[in-house]
Amino acid sequence: MPEQPRGETVTWTAICQLDHLLPERGAAALLGDTQVAVFRLHDNQLYAIGNGDPLSGAQVLSRGIVGTRGDVPVVLSPMHKQAFDLRTGACLDVPGVTVPVYPARCRDGLIEVAVP
Amino acid sequence: MVGQRFVEALAARDVDRNWAVTVLAEENRRAYDRVRLSAYFEGVTAEELTLAPPGVPAGADFVLGEPAVSVDLASRTVRTEAQSFGYDALVLATGSRAFVPPVANADAPHCFVYRTLDDLDAIRAHAAGKRTGVVVGGGLLGLEAANALRLLGLSVRIVEHAPHLMPLQVDLAGGALLRRRVQALDIAVDCGEGVRDVADLDADVVVFAAGIRARDELASAGLARGERGGFLVDPTCLTSDPAVWAIGECAAVDGVTYGLVAPGYAMAEVVADRLTGGSSTLDTPDMSTKLKLLGVDVASFGATTGPLDVVYNDPATGVYAKLVLTDDAQTLLGGILVGDASAYPALRASVGGPLPGTLADLMASGAAPVGLPDSAQVCSCHAVTKGSFLDAVADGCVDLPAIKACTKAGTGCGSCVPLLKSLLAEAGIVQSTHLCEHFAYSRQELFDIVRVRGIGTFSELVTAVGTGRGCDLCKPAVASILASLGGGHILDGEQAALQDTNDHFLANLQKDGTYSVVPRVPAGEITPEKLIVIGEVARDFGLYTKITGGQRVDLFGARVEQLPAIWRRLVDAGFESGHAYGKALRTVKSCVGDTWCRYGVQDSVGLAVALELRYRGLRAPHKIKAAVSGCARECAEARGKDFGVIATENGWNLYVGGNGGFRPRHADLLLSDLSTADLVRYVDRFLMFYVRTADRLQRTSVWVENLGLDYLRDVIVEDTLGVAEDLDAAMARHVDGYVDEWRAVLDDPAKLRRFVSFVNAPDTPDPTISFTVERGQPVPISIGTRP
Repeated sequence: MPEQPRGETVTWTAICQLDHLLPERGAAALLGDTQVAVFRLHDNQLYAIGNGDPLSGAQVLSRGIVGTRGDVPVVLSPMHKQAFDLRTGACLDVPGVTVPVYPARCRDGLIEVAVP
Repeated sequence: MVGQRFVEALAARDVDRNWAVTVLAEENRRAYDRVRLSAYFEGVTAEELTLAPPGVPAGADFVLGEPAVSVDLASRTVRTEAQSFGYDALVLATGSRAFVPPVANADAPHCFVYRTLDDLDAIRAHAAGKRTGVVVGGGLLGLEAANALRLLGLSVRIVEHAPHLMPLQVDLAGGALLRRRVQALDIAVDCGEGVRDVADLDADVVVFAAGIRARDELASAGLARGERGGFLVDPTCLTSDPAVWAIGECAAVDGVTYGLVAPGYAMAEVVADRLTGGSSTLDTPDMSTKLKLLGVDVASFGATTGPLDVVYNDPATGVYAKLVLTDDAQTLLGGILVGDASAYPALRASVGGPLPGTLADLMASGAAPVGLPDSAQVCSCHAVTKGSFLDAVADGCVDLPAIKACTKAGTGCGSCVPLLKSLLAEAGIVQSTHLCEHFAYSRQELFDIVRVRGIGTFSELVTAVGTGRGCDLCKPAVASILASLGGGHILDGEQAALQDTNDHFLANLQKDGTYSVVPRVPAGEITPEKLIVIGEVARDFGLYTKITGGQRVDLFGARVEQLPAIWRRLVDAGFESGHAYGKALRTVKSCVGDTWCRYGVQDSVGLAVALELRYRGLRAPHKIKAAVSGCARECAEARGKDFGVIATENGWNLYVGGNGGFRPRHADLLLSDLSTADLVRYVDRFLMFYVRTADRLQRTSVWVENLGLDYLRDVIVEDTLGVAEDLDAAMARHVDGYVDEWRAVLDDPAKLRRFVSFVNAPDTPDPTISFTVERGQPVPISIGTRP
């Protein structure tokens, strides 16, 4: 999970119950105007990245297959299957392409995400 | 294209981001593949032709629809109509324009050039309802334009002033053979003829494809021009101004312009290298070309005339080959291939060295690239030599994806991929059948492991015989295997996480993130009441409606959260999932058969309905389509399907292995004059044997080719493997176990909860999805043009 940025206040928003999100699957959440894709891994680790697939332009990353490439946890865009590193947002298949990364955590059985 | 290659090449080298790049483009779209322009008329979209995905390369600023109109060399400034840009380095990649010969009335409204997607749109708009077209120019572009007009339904004539077609690439004999093949397509060819007045051509549409001229207007700022036009540059691509470079068709390298993309790409790499401190210069460009024009392979490479010619000319098969050798016949200088260019990659790579095989074998094509020297260029798009290929292999690139990633070989036009594969084999590397990095097994092996060990989940399987947590290759494949072995509903428990987005939402993902909905209409037979329900659902949910090629109605534009409500209506009216989203049986198409047709000899509709219902929901390595024709007239196109049935006076003929996707294939006759019971038994075994033994995403066409028809017949009729009983039982379990997937979802609140655009705002639609209206129906607003 990305560290909370130093010196900035962060507002956490609860988006759903942890057990409503299947392990190794994502869900999209709307925070203000920002679409966030939240993923739960098999060990309950949570990640949040932008939902927009920068390569196709569609808001679909939350619907991709979750897996690993080497040791890197990734989501594969459901549009054309490029891999995105869930920890950094970097696209592993197209150099220079990244998506935003947001802090995500579980508190009292609820998944929370922070969007600046 | 060359400009895009330059910005990508610069981004790759300029790791410290010393350069900020602004691209000024005349067209309103990013770079696209002009080499494949004609594919636009075959249904390939402008988007599929793009070479420049949004955001690539990162950091470059693209100004579209705003061409540079002037340059001030003294102040190092470029101006467009609207603004001006200062520069430290200016790279001109303005390309070329179509040359229109000085012909009377060449500016008439029915005259066009063939250069941009806008040109193609204009031709298409004008050709509607017209009958005759003439293409002026019988070169590469002229043949492409002729094919385009043909695809638009015009009767076509080519007028070429040289004595034969493709005068720059092939010789007289090759041109004559090409002409015969073109004429066989009902295209008239007049060679050795000039055009004086467009009015003489007597055509509804005239397309000029008579060559190109460099776009060098910006040279008026004080840059030197080549004698035949183009910005004059030295072999480093530098113009007469020390801060201005030119690449591609607008550049005259030592006075010579090159009308092919490979030399342009090489120039882009040279300038990117120079701007990042390198010292590369342009080698003599490789002018080799290989094209498929009007379905005819044409290739030329190296020198096309020389001291010793060896010619092979077979008018019966329409194959022509000419190899040019040194007078001692020891060194290959170049050659021409028409009709069959399969030896092209090996021959092109051998130019400058000994022949890669015996002369007789090479002329008959398909030669193995044994003995290529290390200096041989194996990929001309990216200038990769066999030596650098072998270096990559030594560095651990042991399969094609790794070779592509490491050397870029094979990522351009793709024509060298077969050569790369045989070079890998030659290097002693056995091509892996591993499904992906997580499983060192093929799909067939995993199928057996799951079955024999009785494994029920992906987690069990990956823990037992795999590594990591899976990917888009192995997860759907394992989901399919579990479904084939009776794993329950595809969205039950952990299985839901394995499914690709289509299976996960039981609908087909479209380019804008919406889904399409396809109810099953077995064999295309539907009652008026059900047709009305489909119409009402489409109207009430605002869906775009299209009849598919498989005799179904496709409803487009549904948002995720609308899917359950749409399916509630459809299920209530008696519809089932059409499985259009799955690697599964799609449709069994039919003609009307002997119920209505005066030629029909059997009830094709009744059989097609029975087969579609029998195999509905059957998951397979790839999607499966089928058809039943009621007589040999074949109105259901059964031989273009994975399995097809054609009625005879005595029963049914069974064909298998058709379709084939991007490599279309007609099905082969497996068995003839079958009774209905025998037919169903053999189709059962054919399908189940395929489901259990094919590779991931292997179509029946390739699977059947690999097995051989005789072997397949032995297995499913003679039962030589002793598996028939097992296959029969497996199919019986599938048929008995069928449950409509959508009905099961509608009955399950936990599954329904996943059908939302936003988990924290279940009733809010995705605000980025919006539609416009075309021909009376909603269509997505293209994401790239959204404000």
